[in-house]
Amino acid sequence: MTVGPVDKLTIQRGASGEVKIAAQLQPGYHVNSNTPSEEYLIPLKLTWAKEPLQAEQVVYPKPQSEKYDFSPTPLSVFSGNFEIVTRFKAPADARNGPAIMNGKLRYQACNNKECLPPRTIEIPVTLEIQ
Amino acid sequence: MLKLIRAAVWSGAVGGFLLWTACSNIPEAGFEPRSVKAAVKPENDRKTAPEFTLKDSNGQTVHLADYKGKVVLLDFWATWCGPCKVEIPWFMEFEQQFKDRGFAVLGVSMDEDGWDAVKPYIEDLKINYRVLLGNEQVSDIYGGLDSLPTTLLIDRQGKIASIHIGLSRGKEEFRNDIDHLLGASAASNGARTSLTAAK
Repeated sequence: MTVGPVDKLTIQRGASGEVKIAAQLQPGYHVNSNTPSEEYLIPLKLTWAKEPLQAEQVVYPKPQSEKYDFSPTPLSVFSGNFEIVTRFKAPADARNGPAIMNGKLRYQACNNKECLPPRTIEIPVTLEIQ
Repeated sequence: MLKLIRAAVWSGAVGGFLLWTACSNIPEAGFEPRSVKAAVKPENDRKTAPEFTLKDSNGQTVHLADYKGKVVLLDFWATWCGPCKVEIPWFMEFEQQFKDRGFAVLGVSMDEDGWDAVKPYIEDLKINYRVLLGNEQVSDIYGGLDSLPTTLLIDRQGKIASIHIGLSRGKEEFRNDIDHLLGASAASNGARTSLTAAK
């Protein structure tokens, strides 16, 4: 899975702002959605550091329900290109100026025949807090 | 260096594992995952399976060398791997069917969460063969194990007769290969015994 460049976020102290993470999977591959169909599957999960911003909400796309050779029932997955949106809030006492907000995107990918080990992509977002 | 190459490939694309396995140098003799076809190789072309020592689900130490003299199905798998889950009942059936002929299944879980994840799964599926917990060292000597399931058939001499990556073969193909190895090995052992006796 690859993640595209993330736009710089300029945000006022005490205000909210959004960051979009654009992910892309190669054809034939999928990752489990954030709400996998089975307990043993590893969900896609985007997590953020506790500062300098507060992550208020992470919005995942609507999962696809896909049938694979290895599962008797359809699985809840993401494939192709998809976007994850995070809504941040800047604390009223945040320090003005440039900063970095660090995120981690954990996922586990498979195709119809085999699976790849779980991986984590580091996502640093450039900020300008005003 | 190997780790750096691996990290670069993984951060690039999911499908990049194909590139890595094609480019990497495997430190131990006898394991070239992507270049080996699934069919059972002729005896002269087989290479020794890299030795390892791991713990099983009962805490006992297991050396691969302990199994020399048996045909071994060595299955690298993980609880999060759907295709692996398909094969496990097959391997349970093989364990039951062939164990009296000098055959054993060894399942090596590559779960990062360790026995906390693996033991409940063993109980849920009622796995009847020995399950070991893998580690990075074993992964390295077996070529990185970037795709699961990866299943090897090892002959009685401890040599790799075939490698199956992914859910690429059916149950009956596995069964035929095991039967072939057991038969061939028995015939080969029998021939050696006869020659020894003749002297």
